[in-house]
Amino acid sequence: MTIAAKANSLWEYANPRKFLATSERVLPFFWISAGLCLVIGLTWGFFFTPDDYKQGSTVKIIYLHVPAALMAVNCWLMMLATSLVWLVRRHHVSALAARAAAPIGIVMTLIALATGAIWGQPMWGTWWAWDPRLTSFLILFLFYLGYVALWEAIEDPDTAADLTSVLCLVGSVFAILSRYAVNFWNQGLHQGASVMRAGAVTGTDTEEKVSNIYFYPLLLCIIGFVLLFIALVFYRTGTEIRARRIKALLARERVNG
Amino acid sequence: MIPDLGKYADTVLWSYVVSIGLLIALVAFSVIRGRKMRAEMEKVEQRMSRNG
Repeated sequence: MTIAAKANSLWEYANPRKFLATSERVLPFFWISAGLCLVIGLTWGFFFTPDDYKQGSTVKIIYLHVPAALMAVNCWLMMLATSLVWLVRRHHVSALAARAAAPIGIVMTLIALATGAIWGQPMWGTWWAWDPRLTSFLILFLFYLGYVALWEAIEDPDTAADLTSVLCLVGSVFAILSRYAVNFWNQGLHQGASVMRAGAVTGTDTEEKVSNIYFYPLLLCIIGFVLLFIALVFYRTGTEIRARRIKALLARERVNG
Repeated sequence: MIPDLGKYADTVLWSYVVSIGLLIALVAFSVIRGRKMRAEMEKVEQRMSRNG
């Protein structure tokens, strides 16, 4: 199959019925594999990894903090992609997928902020600092809240999809900043990237990196968070499609008397 | 059962309780709303097909 044919077949999923049928088929795989990865990864990390010589047992927070922070940013980037599809191709499923993903992003950002504060208190001596990465994450969290509020505030779904898509474009600056803030501004309490850095993974650079003892269970937790995110997006998009259909059917019923 | 977490036991346990609690709440709310919408859609579709 050529690339153009593959791209064309991808648009078939813009059909709500096709999307629902496919997601029903693949959802059990994503739910089960996400559950397995999370249970094994978190159990491995919590029970079977040693304390860090500097951070003590608080290093075990990494298995929740890093995957949640990663998904908080990537969730917004997924919303950006689906919002662009809506703005360019006007496929309703893509707008509904962005809407369905936003509450997941809120929870991921909240977990990253909460575990960061709980971890920061004993390590930095403070729950919060106006550090570039922490501040950009807080702004990203506020953007998520604003995004959900905007969807709820506008009655016409197409207008809501248009406006939230524009908000998503603007918020992407903070999503990218929250990922790369530590590289732009070399100040603040938060350390630089020590996990998802090419050199850290391959061992080709000499900067501080996470030891393999912690890295492997962490990788499993990251995979678990990604799979959980995919499962939730599929499931919640299906719910949004059904909610939209109910509204349409009730409107038709009212017109017909 | 729980490993010796030393003086940071509260810090680590609270992180896990808060995070896992939030994840379970997210999945639970999503599934409850999903089931509700599925049931409601079936009800409306059946009513409309009965009424022609």
